[in-house]
Amino acid sequence: MEWDWNFVWEIMPTLIQGVKITILATVLGSILAGIVGLAIALARRSPNRTVSRNVGWFAEFIRGTPLLVQLYFIFYVLPDIGILLPPLVAGVIGLGLHYGTYTAEVYRAGIDNVPRGQWEAAKACNLNGRHTWTHVILPQAIPPMIPALANYFIAMFKETPLLSAITVLELMNQAKSVANTYYRYIEPMTLVGAFFLVISLCSVVLLRWLERRYGRIER
Amino acid sequence: MTQWSGYLGLILQGALVTIELTLMGSVLALVMAFLAGMGRVSRFFIVRAIATTYIEFFRGTSIFVQLFWAYFVLPFAGLSLTPLQAGVLALGLNVGAYAAEVVRGAILSIGREQYEACTALNLGRWQGMRHVILPQALLIMLPTFGNNAIELLKATSVVSLISLADLTFQAQVVRSQTGSTLMPFVSVLVIYFALALIISWGVRSLERRMARGLDGVRV
Repeated sequence: MEWDWNFVWEIMPTLIQGVKITILATVLGSILAGIVGLAIALARRSPNRTVSRNVGWFAEFIRGTPLLVQLYFIFYVLPDIGILLPPLVAGVIGLGLHYGTYTAEVYRAGIDNVPRGQWEAAKACNLNGRHTWTHVILPQAIPPMIPALANYFIAMFKETPLLSAITVLELMNQAKSVANTYYRYIEPMTLVGAFFLVISLCSVVLLRWLERRYGRIER
Repeated sequence: MTQWSGYLGLILQGALVTIELTLMGSVLALVMAFLAGMGRVSRFFIVRAIATTYIEFFRGTSIFVQLFWAYFVLPFAGLSLTPLQAGVLALGLNVGAYAAEVVRGAILSIGREQYEACTALNLGRWQGMRHVILPQALLIMLPTFGNNAIELLKATSVVSLISLADLTFQAQVVRSQTGSTLMPFVSVLVIYFALALIISWGVRSLERRMARGLDGVRV
């Protein structure tokens, strides 16, 4: 079977619809992962031992199990206890939770990198806990983390095809349905691969720029 | 409700397939990692170019897309693979690309003086690599290799989508036969986590073994 450009142009509109969902899922998932990661990182520093230990185990567990099974879990098990989620929402929660456990490590490293003196200075200025975090620690901790966070968001972007397994109509699913309709696999699958390759090659450039702009890890 | 033991047997069969895939994929990944990783530090431009292309290509597209490409598109090019072969191929090549960067990083992290010592001892490039550089670099690679192996274990769940009867696939079978969702997915998640713990424990003890006799050599 040979490459057919006419067929490529014919299926392009369908694939572009899939691209939109893919990007939407990535953006929403990244936002959720950013929040979940910060929450996990803060909870693990909690003075309450039971909280920090349980959250630690929970994060470890999520990091040690496949995203696909977690997506199935959210999509199939939660409806049985009365929580019905649309596929896209289930997918975003899965992505956000899974990558949240990774970004939590980035936050942890970033927070640990803030010098001790800053904590002492905050105390000396009589700032309370919340103000210490929002005005002193996080503003210094977050910029150096940005490249590492972006790295995980790009990794998440590459995992979005998994959402097709829980019937989200993103790029991979559109490509599969097109392929199954016409029984031509070469073009749709190759286009999906090319799309991801192009985006991730562009993201390498973006990452380099972010690293120059924010990353001063080796201080 | 009565035949949980039968279904558990099904899931354990799936676990065997997952373990088999993880082992075979890891072997392929290890081979590719050393080939491509050492290729990237080669003297010859063409070898470097091939290694870089391989790494960027397989890191740039997701494992899911690669697997579907291997399974659905390669047959049209005259290369029919069984699901197991396609799975091992895609997993090994994908994780191998990530691990190749680990190999490269570890080789480059060995200090200049070691290379100079090789020259002083009149060792050839290959001899120096074999007897001086790699034994030290291996120890640096090992922890990250462990993480890569866990990533590979998690990625094996994707092969269930090309009808290979691994853990995730069997969980779906049990779900569709019993209508129960909690039991199959929770047990599968626990098994994956247990496997991940075994890998990280194994790598840690291997690391301890290999570090023996190297005290004081490294800082």
